Amino acid sequence: MAEPMGFYTDTTVCIGCKACEVACKEWNQLPATQGGANTLSGNSYDNTRQLDGMHWRHVKFIEQFTPDRAHGRWLMMSDVCKHCVQAGCLEVCPTGAIIRSEFDTVVIQADACNGCRACITACPFGVIEINPVSKTAQKCTLCYDRMQAGLEPACAKACPTDSIQFGTISDLRGRAQQRVQQLHDRGETRAYLYGADENILGGLNSFYLLVDEPEVYGLPRHPRLPTRRLTWSTAFAAVGAVVVGMLGLLGLRKRRMETVARSEM
Amino acid sequence: MLDTLFTKPPRWEWLIVWYFFLGGIAGGSYFLAALLDLWGDERDRSTARLGYYLAFIGVVLSGLLLTIDLNRPERFWHMLIMSERGWPVFKYWSPMSIGSWALLLFGGFASISAFAALAEEGTLRWSWPRAMRRGVAGKTLAILGGLCGFFVASYTGVLLTVTNRPMWTDTNLLGLLFLLSAASTAAACLLLLSHWWTTFAPTLQWLSWFDNHVLWLELLVLMSFMLWFGTVTDWRLNMGGLMLLLGVVLVGILTPLVLHARPGLLGKASPLVSAALVLCGGFVLRAGIVLSAQRL
Repeated sequence: MAEPMGFYTDTTVCIGCKACEVACKEWNQLPATQGGANTLSGNSYDNTRQLDGMHWRHVKFIEQFTPDRAHGRWLMMSDVCKHCVQAGCLEVCPTGAIIRSEFDTVVIQADACNGCRACITACPFGVIEINPVSKTAQKCTLCYDRMQAGLEPACAKACPTDSIQFGTISDLRGRAQQRVQQLHDRGETRAYLYGADENILGGLNSFYLLVDEPEVYGLPRHPRLPTRRLTWSTAFAAVGAVVVGMLGLLGLRKRRMETVARSEM
Repeated sequence: MLDTLFTKPPRWEWLIVWYFFLGGIAGGSYFLAALLDLWGDERDRSTARLGYYLAFIGVVLSGLLLTIDLNRPERFWHMLIMSERGWPVFKYWSPMSIGSWALLLFGGFASISAFAALAEEGTLRWSWPRAMRRGVAGKTLAILGGLCGFFVASYTGVLLTVTNRPMWTDTNLLGLLFLLSAASTAAACLLLLSHWWTTFAPTLQWLSWFDNHVLWLELLVLMSFMLWFGTVTDWRLNMGGLMLLLGVVLVGILTPLVLHARPGLLGKASPLVSAALVLCGGFVLRAGIVLSAQRL
């Protein structure tokens, strides 16, 4: 297997230009929504709104303003599939359509997916959705086809500020640590890395440098695997089956005893 | 903020609600029929046959509902066979994978039992299926099919738990709850249909006794399920919570329990009304749990 590859996204240098979104759509031939009609979200400058089957990159605009709008700041973050080392979607997929590639990324094979939607609700980040054209679950592949040809993913290539960086995970982690230290030295002590270590789902192969709580960016603080309750919930059901079976037998035995008692009278 | 609230709903809607309901009845009916076959009286066999017919109809409808619900229904077989390599795909840690195999297996058992029941009744003239109603073959079929039936009835709850949606994944009780509901709705369905079916009176009494006791267990587990949540509080107040409280606890469990205890309340109609209410409760239980967690 090749060395694990991934993204490191430094949100402090994201300018919200959405070049990554456009590059992703172009390279992966993802069609426009609603025939290209410009529909506004109405509550934000962010009109992409979310990651889904037709948007594999989404630049989040987090608009933090005081009620009188005298003070405020914009946080921007180019969101994408996290390519978790322990991936919930891959765990639950019944068809084997979701695979781990030789680059340690998580890829959905569109020709194998049958649209059961189990992965959608297993993903703790809400990344996956059905693509209405292919009618299969889709998400970022980390440009699997480009990586096979030795190219970097389209979004990282297009990013003008290097907010999205592509490389080997070990190299990216080193760069990210240096950047956090640099920000701390400059007084931005809120900077930290999300998903760069193994505490979150064994490590995220697409990890982030953030300057606020994870929830502010729409990220769960402690994402977990969907199978965490599998053993106990199965055990409860199995015990229930035994109890119900015993109950049925008890009823039949009771009936037999009553019949015997009646015949002896 | 709850970590599970960052997930997306899978849009499992009414087709899945109906599958959970009918699959539960199919699995429960087979289990009850198997109990009657294995440990019941010779005169219980008529109701056992009814149970096998119900299981067969239920499993066929379940397969259809599940297939239609896929976004690519023509690829339903990908649940069982890896499309690229032609090998079976079986992931024991994925409830949907193991459930697909269980449903296929249960479909086989239910079909054989239904054909055997038809042959026993004389509707089918073939002799080979009749052998599956007697002897070691009949017993083996009943045991394997009954276990498989209960698996189909309960794995759906475990499947919901093995997600990341709030409410579904916050409890270990869904598989158990669906299993109990499958047992109670199957018994209610058999009781209701027995009105038009030749049935041995003590079989009806047993079914009624069984249903009554399972309803108590279901009530206990459902209340524990509703009290389990320390963090997701709002769903108890929304439509889902209301559906569970009014539709399941009040209409589908407490009223039938009262009718069991005081059969004179509605005269001869009591058993029928009670069974119909248990069925309604079982359906509302699935609808409340499946739909409300997706509206959060």
